[in-house]
Amino acid sequence: MNSAINATNATMAPVATPYFFYGLATLAIVSAFLVITRRNVVHSALALIVTLLSVAGLYLMLYAPFVAGVQIIVYAGGVMVLFLFVIMLVNIDRSYKEKRFSGLWPIGLAAASALFTLFLFAFIKGRALFPDRMMLLPESSNTQQIAGLLYGDAGKMGQYTFAFEIASLLLLVAILAAVVMTKKRA
Amino acid sequence: MVPISTLHYLIVAAALFVLGVVGVLTRRNLVVILMSIELILNAVNLNLVAFSRMWGNLHGQVFSIFITADAAAEAAAGLGILIAFFRNKETVNVDEIDLLKW
Repeated sequence: MNSAINATNATMAPVATPYFFYGLATLAIVSAFLVITRRNVVHSALALIVTLLSVAGLYLMLYAPFVAGVQIIVYAGGVMVLFLFVIMLVNIDRSYKEKRFSGLWPIGLAAASALFTLFLFAFIKGRALFPDRMMLLPESSNTQQIAGLLYGDAGKMGQYTFAFEIASLLLLVAILAAVVMTKKRA
Repeated sequence: MVPISTLHYLIVAAALFVLGVVGVLTRRNLVVILMSIELILNAVNLNLVAFSRMWGNLHGQVFSIFITADAAAEAAAGLGILIAFFRNKETVNVDEIDLLKW
């Protein structure tokens, strides 16, 4: 019985997973580096889209297809279009002549490197906390189960239904803020 | 080759987070700073989804959806502030946003 399950797992195991992981991770990090170093803001935005799409690929590797879809639709489709529209509205010609980095960039870089070292130290020290074997999430019912948590199941309120409603309020406030702040003063 | 564990995802997320922090701390263009904040939020999302996989439940994924909604709200409000600022000062350079500086 057990060996049969193992056998089906072995045949259904995805192939060449490490290569996909390292490819997507490299793509994400390299394009994130491009985001913060390019002089042209449009290039930064395009590099950020590449980062977001590779992170969506990593979500797929983590058996989270719904989150990957949300990532592509909301981030790459919505937020980045908003960014590109705003870049179109503001004048980017002037920023070509100005310096890219603030005068305090060595301090910022040092602080960020210290933060990264701290992260790595914590991860290496606490690696025993992370089990080598990951749990298997049911991929086919992923969206349905997230909906059960968000909207509730069988007439009952879900665990996150109230938080979900609060999130809609947050979005309403954000819409109002965007409209009020971009409105021309009469 | 070593099988991919939660730790691998955490290190990728930490790298993305730190790149976002570097962007926020060193760039002078407000649009790039907002994009770096998006990078930071994405790193957090990646962590949450990796932990969701590690524990075998979906709470991390639900949280990452909330953070996505939050990031959309933040982008809308932040870009609204940016446009209002650009209308007043004709620049998106954060060094010139010093009205409340002592």
